[in-house]
Amino acid sequence: MLKRTLLLILFLILSISLFSENDSLIFLENQFPCEGFYITGRDIPNDGGSGIEINWSFPDSLDNCFLTVLRRDEFGNNSVVATDLLVSSKQVRDVSSDEEPSRVKDGIKYYYTGILSKKIIDENLLNILKEKSYLKNGTYIFNNDTFYVTSETDAVISKASWFNLSRIPVLISLIIIAFVFLYYLNLAKSGKELYIRKINGLDAVEEAVGRSTEMGKPIMYILGIGYVTDIPTIAGLTILSRVSKKVAEYETKILVPSYDPVVMTTAQEVVKEAFTEAGRPDLYNKNDIMYITQDQFGYAAGVDGMMMREKPGAVFLQGLFFAESLILAETGHSIGAIQISGTTETAQLPFFVAACDYTLIGEEMMAASVYLQKEPMMLSSIAAEDLLKVFIMLLIIAGFVISIFAFGFNIGLFKNLFDHLVNALQV
Amino acid sequence: MLKGKGIPIFITFLTGMIMIISFFIPHKPFGDIEKISLTWYSIIAGFTMLLGVDSLIGMHFRKLKRKDENWFFSLVLIIGFTATVVVGIIETVRFGTAFDERSYFTYIYNYFIVPLQSTMFSLLAFFIASAAYRAFRARNFDATLLLITAIIVMLGRVPLGEQISPYLPKFTEWIMQVPQMAAKRGIGLGISLGALGVSIRIILGIERSYLS
Amino acid sequence: MNFFLKLSKIDRRFIYLFIALVVVLPLILKPKFPVVVSKPVQDVYDYIEKLPEGSNVLISIDYDAASMPEQQPFLEALLRQLFKNKLKPILIVQWQLGAPLGTMGLEKIAKEMGAEYGKDYINLGYRPGYVAQMVGIGKEIRDFFKVDYKNIPLDSFPMMKNVHNYNDIALLVGLEAGATYLAWIEYAGGRFKQKIALALNAVSAPDAYYFYQSGQIVGLVGGMKGAAEYEVLVDKPDLAVAGMASQSYSHLVIILFIILGNIAYFIEKGMKNKEGGK
Repeated sequence: MLKRTLLLILFLILSISLFSENDSLIFLENQFPCEGFYITGRDIPNDGGSGIEINWSFPDSLDNCFLTVLRRDEFGNNSVVATDLLVSSKQVRDVSSDEEPSRVKDGIKYYYTGILSKKIIDENLLNILKEKSYLKNGTYIFNNDTFYVTSETDAVISKASWFNLSRIPVLISLIIIAFVFLYYLNLAKSGKELYIRKINGLDAVEEAVGRSTEMGKPIMYILGIGYVTDIPTIAGLTILSRVSKKVAEYETKILVPSYDPVVMTTAQEVVKEAFTEAGRPDLYNKNDIMYITQDQFGYAAGVDGMMMREKPGAVFLQGLFFAESLILAETGHSIGAIQISGTTETAQLPFFVAACDYTLIGEEMMAASVYLQKEPMMLSSIAAEDLLKVFIMLLIIAGFVISIFAFGFNIGLFKNLFDHLVNALQV
Repeated sequence: MLKGKGIPIFITFLTGMIMIISFFIPHKPFGDIEKISLTWYSIIAGFTMLLGVDSLIGMHFRKLKRKDENWFFSLVLIIGFTATVVVGIIETVRFGTAFDERSYFTYIYNYFIVPLQSTMFSLLAFFIASAAYRAFRARNFDATLLLITAIIVMLGRVPLGEQISPYLPKFTEWIMQVPQMAAKRGIGLGISLGALGVSIRIILGIERSYLS
Repeated sequence: MNFFLKLSKIDRRFIYLFIALVVVLPLILKPKFPVVVSKPVQDVYDYIEKLPEGSNVLISIDYDAASMPEQQPFLEALLRQLFKNKLKPILIVQWQLGAPLGTMGLEKIAKEMGAEYGKDYINLGYRPGYVAQMVGIGKEIRDFFKVDYKNIPLDSFPMMKNVHNYNDIALLVGLEAGATYLAWIEYAGGRFKQKIALALNAVSAPDAYYFYQSGQIVGLVGGMKGAAEYEVLVDKPDLAVAGMASQSYSHLVIILFIILGNIAYFIEKGMKNKEGGK
């Protein structure tokens, strides 16, 4: 009986080794030419789950080798994570995506093995390796090519984080900002008077609309080439609302050529509401707010053409503008229209300043709706912005002073302080 | 309570809050909200393009019907629009992509769109010249300073400056990196705070002018 | 005196005529100007030079025909450098009408440098929804680019085998005519720590100095001048270098007009003062 069992075992071993011979995978026990190479796996921090990060460290001599990473799950299923990675790339991520949703699942134990080779890995070899339930750490030969199998990583489990720790500085800023805004909101509610300085460009709105009406010319309102997701476009729309109200009061016409259909639809609603509020819904004409094209210079050409034909008495350029800014503003100037412009694109501001009568510089544009309405609640947000600005200014001055002591006078304490400050502010 | 403007304001508030929360919580269902809403926006924007086309073509059809002044150009637009769409569809069917080298769509692109766009952009060179001519007058100390700086930068940014003096491009680079940036950063900070203000006003429903 | 007074009311079309002449004439006569490389451009070049062989470089075509004279020479010079250093360009397009320009440049230089499609470079074409894409590539590029620009599955190309997300991309180079670069910096750079280099049109290049100074981008190529510098760096002076003479002379003409305009302004002011004095 014992003999038979021994024979059976021998036969099994032989057949296994024969099988190995067949695929010519030969294990070389005592050779570790890749000493110092090991891979580690960990759950990707601060993510939504279904993701594992595989890192490896290696001696410089292996810089130009290729690495293939295999994954084994706790149920014994093998799969290939990535093949032929350059060792110098140091990291690969095993992540589920919309395309392949079932790569890594949360809560399951995964084990990773790396295969290091001098050449790109053979497709046949890959299939053989995928079939094996366990690969012993060491060097192997396959079809005269040697490759090295790392020891398997410890079990790695991916999980979703409930809080992104790397965003704590943002959270702190958010809390400070919210506190400041709420404080001023309360102040406004309690009836405290808040001040906003004069903005000439906005005082001129009435004059521009009035003069244009006197001349019997329409008003043109250009929202630029931003989308409705851009803050300057939203700011432009809030100013449009005020301007259209004036337009309705003066019983004149407003033209809004648009670059984006969503912006066009929003602008139609804004103008319609403004006309209704001014008691003149009959004057509203949907067709005056039209779509031109979503091509930057096609839009510029279309708007310029319209300016030359319609000769508006006042042109508002409020929104996001790029290279077409001057093409629009210069044409507006050439027809003698009063031009009130505003954008947050600092590169375009010089063009507007040169070609327009009034320019709202960046935050003036953002504050426009507040300025035109002057409600205490709205004003409170401007006061809050100012306080935050003071806070940022103090921070800049502090950073400046610390960096002078740290790098100008080479004082270690300040260097540390500077590093801490930079780290605290970094997201 | 939720009547009239109440409903949109409530939706805005809720969406704003969810987006803020999702920024800090990567866990499902929050983590994917941004991506999902961007995809939604793409879909909605795709459909609104139909509204845009309707507005454009509608306007020109009306002009054509009324035989308005310059009605001929409306005809050109409608023919151009239709031809491009039809050619685009046919060539996509023929070659799998409209931008195949052999397709007529590529022809339209290369020989209509490219020169037209380039022409429009090159107008900028002329407009910059006339605007600069008008604007750069030494009216007072500030304007004079601006004028001198402009001339230095204009020379320093082209190889001619290098020929005048090797220090000119270096000085220009300094102007660009130090005084220019100082002013820009100042404006930039203001803009960011302004954007923050607009966002908070909208989320809290204080700013309603976009709903009017 | 009279001449200057007339000058102050000069028809803008005369200015246009002068500008046209000084732009066109040097393009025909081709005078040579030495091009000196500035630091922001040198930084882009050096960064790419240091990348290990085989690294992937994502090129985003965010411009269209209007900016072709400024961006196309840089694209070509950049591709020459990439192919020479055995780096692998992956081309994507965010401005739909820029797609043929990107393809044109890529095919031209690939042919010139003997690069093989799918192995040494790839063209993924245009997909709508740029912000969603920029966020999405952080996870898996195949969520947006399942196929290349000719609808061939990505997995059939050997070079794309290991490209999944920003981790597999050594550098992102954005060729920008508008503000798409802001989203690249915000999403790819801010969220996923992707290294970014930018080439911007001259008119918006000053805006990107912020990000260059703060180290959010590795370097900056501004307008045709930047492209000319890059052509010099890759040792293949081409269209941008040729354009430098036009640019130099047109700047000179604008400066002359400004000076003349100021003389006219002062004469006019002087006369008004005199009249006032009477």
